[in-house]
Amino acid sequence: MKRIKTLNSAVLKQSAAKGGCGECQTSCQSACKTSCTVANQKCEQSK
Amino acid sequence: MVHTFQIKDKNIALDVNSGCVHVLDKLCYEIVSALEPPLTKETPEFLYGAIQDEPREDIDEAYSEIYELYSDGTLFSEDSYENIALDMKKRSPVKALCLHVSHDCNLRCKYCFADEGAYHHDRSLMSAEVGRRAIDFLIKNSGSRRNLEVDFFGGEPLMNMSVVKSTVEYAREQEKIHGKNFRFTITTNGLLLNDENTEFINKNMYNVVLSLDGRREVNDKMRVRADGGGSYDIIMPKLKKMADSRGQDNYYVRGTYTRNNLDFSKDVLHLADLGFKQTSVEPVVGDESEDYMIRREDLPKLFEEYENLADEYVRRRADGRWFNFFHFMIDLEQGPCVIKRLSGCGAGCEYLAVTPDGDIYPCHQFVGHEEYKMGNVADGEISSEIRETFENCNVYTKPSCRDCFAKFYCSGGCMANACLLCGDINTPHELSCELMRKRVECSLYIKACEAE
Ligand code: SF4
Ligand code: SF4
Ligand code: SF4
Repeated sequence: MKRIKTLNSAVLKQSAAKGGCGECQTSCQSACKTSCTVANQKCEQSK
Repeated sequence: MVHTFQIKDKNIALDVNSGCVHVLDKLCYEIVSALEPPLTKETPEFLYGAIQDEPREDIDEAYSEIYELYSDGTLFSEDSYENIALDMKKRSPVKALCLHVSHDCNLRCKYCFADEGAYHHDRSLMSAEVGRRAIDFLIKNSGSRRNLEVDFFGGEPLMNMSVVKSTVEYAREQEKIHGKNFRFTITTNGLLLNDENTEFINKNMYNVVLSLDGRREVNDKMRVRADGGGSYDIIMPKLKKMADSRGQDNYYVRGTYTRNNLDFSKDVLHLADLGFKQTSVEPVVGDESEDYMIRREDLPKLFEEYENLADEYVRRRADGRWFNFFHFMIDLEQGPCVIKRLSGCGAGCEYLAVTPDGDIYPCHQFVGHEEYKMGNVADGEISSEIRETFENCNVYTKPSCRDCFAKFYCSGGCMANACLLCGDINTPHELSCELMRKRVECSLYIKACEAE
């Protein structure tokens, strides 16, 4: 590709199959706590 | 769904459903922005008319690259998640508690949602007994989940350190018996930090959230002591010491920005200049009648702030002054699974808050709003009606989220803001959404810069 640079693979589709175990940290995005914006959380399965 | 946007010299396309991020040249950007799926193998005729200043062969070349992504399922990919959303979170176990060990506070922050710690009730402290009951409740309701979280919150939790300690000890005992793994966190304003409790915290707490708003004058305008004086000079050195003692990891120094400091990027950079490596500064949210609340007309200024902060962030991370800013952190390769992204914070089902009296609420923000009271840890029963309302709420039940490009990064916004400010769990707080979307764009822009 000359004109397009892709930064990552199709991670979301892949994760639908094996995700959902619920072992990761809960997330909260309110202004009074700092544990969420979901996208920056770690998956317990990818360690 | 594809979201295209430009920040500075970067043209970016986010393929929402696959999560793929593409950095495009100008011509591809124009084409992608004009296309609607399904795509044909041949360049659609209308493009030659729409893009007059480029030669046909360039348009063909650009289109063929775009078509390749499309056939690989990384551009205009389909939404295959709605069915997953339908039966998610049904009867999900409880895995996290926010323990309000102290409904009292030694600061009088003006924007405090918790009514300066008291939550619209009398000032009170949790007893060791309620702490133990809460741990029992969590274990009993956690089903097969192994990792359980407890956040010590307030008010100011260090005002009730003895109960923090006894609760941790009790949980450590119980986790062995029940095959669980507790992770503790604490959210504190730092005023009472000393060597002794720092040691305890570092030994036992997985994460620590330390509150500071940034520059002295900004912090001291909102975060005031009971006698009216500022808190920066007392607190900042303590927080610094705490952060250093944790090796500058597994903590956040976090602030709130308001209408008083729309130039909040200076506060973020101030925290970074002080040597804090893990930072978070977030917009105040609440009743718009207060004069420090963010207003819609402030958005252009705030958007500009986020963009400029993004540039400085990239610069510093490259030149040896590395730091993290919570809302710019996105893991494009190994972030959470899509199921997690759809379901959001888990308030009211996976995550609950417990008051000093043992009353259970959907999350810390609901505490004191009687109509949301779900039960008490003494008998351990919780209202299934309230629980179901929260369980049934996800990205796909909210019309505005369903069509939002940020849905898998935001996961549907704060339900407390929706309920308490907008009057409906399925109606996100639009001003917060605008800022969330801008932060997602900036985070992707940073990734594009760092990939160079
Ligand atoms: S640990 Fe990973 S797979 Fe499990 S729910 Fe969390 S993000 Fe999904
Ligand atoms: S930004 Fe707003 S509309 Fe978009 S997903 Fe989040 S809450 Fe929903
Ligand atoms: S409802 Fe809002 S404040 Fe409560 S846990 Fe969820 S994101 Fe946090």
